Amino acid sequence: MDSAAIVGVGMTAIEKNKIRDGFADMVWEAVNLALDDAGMTIDDIDNVVTTSNDFWDGRTISCMAVSDASGAREKNVSCVEGDGTFGAFYGLTRILSGSYGTTLVTAHSKGSESVSSLITNAAFDPIYQRAIGMDMVSACAMQANAYMHRSRTTPEQLARVSVKNHGNARHNPKAQLPMAITVEEVLASEMICDPLHKLDCSPVSDGCCAMIIAAKDRVGTAAKPPVWIKGAAFCADAFHLGDRDLSRAAALTRAAKKAFDMAGITDPATQVHVAELYDAFTYQELMWLEAMGLCADNQAGHLLEAGVFDIDGTLPVNASGGLLSGHPVIAAGLIRMAEVVRQLRGEAGGAQAKDPTVGVAQGVNGLCGQSHCVWVLSAES
Amino acid sequence: MSDTEHVIIESGAARQPFNYAVGLHGSRFLQELRDHRRFMAVKCPRCAKVYIPPRRVCGACFVEMDEFVEVGPQGTIGTFTILRYAFIDPETGVQKPVPYGYGFIRLDGADTLFQHYIDIQDESRVKIGARVEPVFADERKGTVKDIRCFRIID
Repeated sequence: MDSAAIVGVGMTAIEKNKIRDGFADMVWEAVNLALDDAGMTIDDIDNVVTTSNDFWDGRTISCMAVSDASGAREKNVSCVEGDGTFGAFYGLTRILSGSYGTTLVTAHSKGSESVSSLITNAAFDPIYQRAIGMDMVSACAMQANAYMHRSRTTPEQLARVSVKNHGNARHNPKAQLPMAITVEEVLASEMICDPLHKLDCSPVSDGCCAMIIAAKDRVGTAAKPPVWIKGAAFCADAFHLGDRDLSRAAALTRAAKKAFDMAGITDPATQVHVAELYDAFTYQELMWLEAMGLCADNQAGHLLEAGVFDIDGTLPVNASGGLLSGHPVIAAGLIRMAEVVRQLRGEAGGAQAKDPTVGVAQGVNGLCGQSHCVWVLSAES
Repeated sequence: MSDTEHVIIESGAARQPFNYAVGLHGSRFLQELRDHRRFMAVKCPRCAKVYIPPRRVCGACFVEMDEFVEVGPQGTIGTFTILRYAFIDPETGVQKPVPYGYGFIRLDGADTLFQHYIDIQDESRVKIGARVEPVFADERKGTVKDIRCFRIID
């Protein structure tokens, strides 16, 4: 597929508390950065998709509250509640419908304004799970145990993900938590929820990302070479966590296979040159790698230790620092896409992988990876 | 207030009361738990998968389910965690005492896992595959908390 391309990306710095900015302020900053990046003005934008979550924003119809800052006045604007990758997917389908030549996609959230555990608790079933106090961290800790039990992945291997990603973030001026740390320091950090230490968990963050997708006949008006969308797919698993094999991500495997098929990729482990995955927790990066076929089952931890996923490895993963170095939910997946765009353009500075032409980005929506959205992007049409 | 101090508007003790319907399947489950200390699951007429908690639709087959079957009360830990960070109880708004255990439990006869607290008096016995039994509340009100927790019986 090469009917559409990403022609502009923009993001705010990811910070612990953007106390100076409301939601629309963040959106305004990211949208203008994306327009500048594309060499476009708001008049070049045919339609808008905003992405947000009402619980995180503490209001209903949160998406419409940022429509002015998204330049949506007198345009067709629609909304997605979920991760930014799903907003982008909707934006892409609007291009592919033929009705629009360009779509501006935004995704924002501010974790700093609420109590994260109460927000994520509210995502659980109110009858059976919410009452016993489940939240994202405790549910993911159980998934981590299930994955480690099945794959024999060790706590040291999980810690190594944290060391790599926080280390990578030192090259990313927009990252919240660039850090030079050791495996020992990760393992010595506070045990939050077995087996997850504090440094196995992503932080609470604020941030916004914006992206401009253009149809093939409109990419020529952009300032930079287009990054082509070669494949995009999403897939959902069962809602009840107890219905799933939590040690695997069957929905991600399906989504990835479909996206790779669209892109004509038959061996992702060798044909993908850079990946930005949804590492909300250390174990997730390893689990998602295996589920996507970017490495063999039960091998992610070993390959990580061998340096395969380092910036100078054969498949750099989260060279940007990933979500462990800053996790504005909702924006998180769109940021993964934007980071792949930066890599494929050769704009990643100290985090730049060597001459990548194909990259993959992944977004997650729902608890413990209920649904996944996978994007295969390429500098070559 | 100095000129440089940020102005923050707080929600205060805002509440959004809801009345959640539990549905007919949920009613049966909670009534049996309250009145008979029994776990009722529901079986899919097509794939024969036994779901707990019971619900109307088998998502895999997209068919309705109405055949209730009793499962448990004993089961096996599918996965677990021990929560050690201060967590605000959404029901009370105050911090819960930590640590405490959570688990996904495969009740005997069920194909899906049921979430609840796991007693962690002896942490070394809390592991994947450990056998457990429910501890019921003395006064049962028809909520999931009619089960106090599951305890290890190995």
